[in-house]
Amino acid sequence: MQPLLEINGLTMDFGGLRAVDNIDFNIYSKEIVALIGPNGAGKTTFFNCVTGMYKPTSGDIYVYADGDNRKRVNGLKPNKVTELGLARTFQNIRLFKGMTVLENVMIGRHCRTHANIFAALMRTKRIVREEYESASYSYHILERVGLHAFANEIAENLPYGAQRKLEIARALATEPNILLLDEPAAGLNPQETENLIDIIKMLRDEENISVLLIEHDMGMVMKISERITVMDYGKKIAEGTPDEIKENPDVIKAYLGEDVDA
Amino acid sequence: MFSEIKKSLLVSVWFMFLTFPIMVVKVNTIENTIIWRWENLVLVGFGSFFLSFLWRFMHNKKATKRRQDYKDALSKIFYDNLIENKKVFVPIIIALIIFILLFPKLFSTYQVTIMTTALIYIVLGLGLNVVVGFAGLLDLGYVAFYAVGAYTYALLNFNYDISFWVALPLAGALGALAGILLGFPVLRLRGDYLAIVTLGFGEIIRLVLENWGEVTHGPSGIAGIERPNFGFDLSIVGSINAIYYFVFLFVLVTIFFTNRLQNSRIGRAWVALREDEIACQAMGVDKTKTKLSAFAFGATWAGFMGAVFAAKTTFINPASFTFLESAIILSIVVLGGMGSIPGVILGALILILLPEYLRAFSEYRMLIFGGAMVLMMVFRPQGLIKSKRRRYNFESMSKKQLKERQNAASS
Repeated sequence: MQPLLEINGLTMDFGGLRAVDNIDFNIYSKEIVALIGPNGAGKTTFFNCVTGMYKPTSGDIYVYADGDNRKRVNGLKPNKVTELGLARTFQNIRLFKGMTVLENVMIGRHCRTHANIFAALMRTKRIVREEYESASYSYHILERVGLHAFANEIAENLPYGAQRKLEIARALATEPNILLLDEPAAGLNPQETENLIDIIKMLRDEENISVLLIEHDMGMVMKISERITVMDYGKKIAEGTPDEIKENPDVIKAYLGEDVDA
Repeated sequence: MFSEIKKSLLVSVWFMFLTFPIMVVKVNTIENTIIWRWENLVLVGFGSFFLSFLWRFMHNKKATKRRQDYKDALSKIFYDNLIENKKVFVPIIIALIIFILLFPKLFSTYQVTIMTTALIYIVLGLGLNVVVGFAGLLDLGYVAFYAVGAYTYALLNFNYDISFWVALPLAGALGALAGILLGFPVLRLRGDYLAIVTLGFGEIIRLVLENWGEVTHGPSGIAGIERPNFGFDLSIVGSINAIYYFVFLFVLVTIFFTNRLQNSRIGRAWVALREDEIACQAMGVDKTKTKLSAFAFGATWAGFMGAVFAAKTTFINPASFTFLESAIILSIVVLGGMGSIPGVILGALILILLPEYLRAFSEYRMLIFGGAMVLMMVFRPQGLIKSKRRRYNFESMSKKQLKERQNAASS
């Protein structure tokens, strides 16, 4: 089967430190994949390489935009990567704090709309329509994640759990094929986590979006992911279904350490 | 309450000690005697006690919740009744416009000249507001674009006898070009670093104007620049009035354009860039384009106003384009409210008109200016009129509906 995202031998060095070491990784259509590993394993660095925040030292990242059209994204700017259908959220929430919730989502529409400075000054018919459509579609996304009641609130004033969801909504507005979530459940209570799981499943089932998530909440990871990849010290140490990962001795070693007596 | 008094007392004792050598002791070097001015000590003591107490009182008041509620209610009344209720808002605007149109008939030419200056600064403030207020790019060299505009018209008129109306668009275009030229090297810079580079840019332009004598006529400047020709012969007074009306028209155009852009795709991208640059890029906004467009759009207005300034004063030299000018324009934006168009207008009127009408205190102008700025930043950091986010019209539109609509529109 042809993947949506294909990564071969991805390596990222910071000076003498190899943060990501020769990782191969694929994501296929309509699947939920988790990337786990102890703190400092290089998961977020991996994300940053894929989304264009860092330029990888070596390796190839390919995105299959539509059909067979394979595109290498190494070294592309983050906004270009987003245009190709890879959207992300951040570990430490990065909302546009002073803007309204709806506007936050509308920024996600930026790369799918076209108004330039002169058209915006003239406010042509096309621009008026485009604005109306982007507000309306953004509102629809807010409905999907259950934030529509807050549409005109200032983003900063939202409760923490809603801010996490708003990050997802904002990423969805870019019409992604793959959604990369960096610790979406961090700081959420059990109900909010359940709600998040429902949203992620809904995205896969109804919107045909593949999800790659970094997460430390093992309950959630085991519950929703079809495949799990485990990283430690920048290397991929295991890959498989949740049940396989649970039994994997390397994974247990990485998380719990080696028994001294053994 | 008692601890407050104690704190203020301590402050006043400290101030009395600090100012003792300069306020109390006076050495008469001719007669070699020392004069002890104890009455000054008492004045300093009482003064600092009172001010410190007032300062703390204001701070406490600001911190309490009741104050916040009161403020919210006040801003609600203000916005609902003034800005958002068209029945109140429209007549006020109409009255204001009529007043401004009749201004030259009611007041002397001197007043008209001052008002023209204030209007020029409104346009400059609105232009800088795009860069600093919307896009959050702290620009301390904005006056450079003003200078570019002014010298464009002055030199074209001096050397080639080109009329104001031809030079005006050129001045705007060259302003925009200068904005892009400045924008490229500073694309990667943020905050303090950006401020220092733009400060340097402003000084470079001024130094070039001062030292490139063969072209710019150096510090002596260019004199005898033509006033704009409005199509019929005007006396000097008539010409001053005509420029006044022209600048007023320009203010309206600027308000109209910046307001439109603020609520457009571009304007939202500027604000998003200000709020979080990394997230902004990750959401698909092209940082380079967005930053450069903010610099260029902001600088265009300065270019236009430069040409108007040259035409109005008929004489320019580099001394008109010092860092102090940049600082004043920036103060207009900060005082009025970053990102707030009515705020910037109010800020420009206050900062330009007040010093003119308070000529009696001109010696203390900078002192009052600095003090006012400090107080503003402590008690109302968001500016006189806070910027307000826009509400949009929308329905709920799914992706399928969206695509159908787009297809229907394009076919």
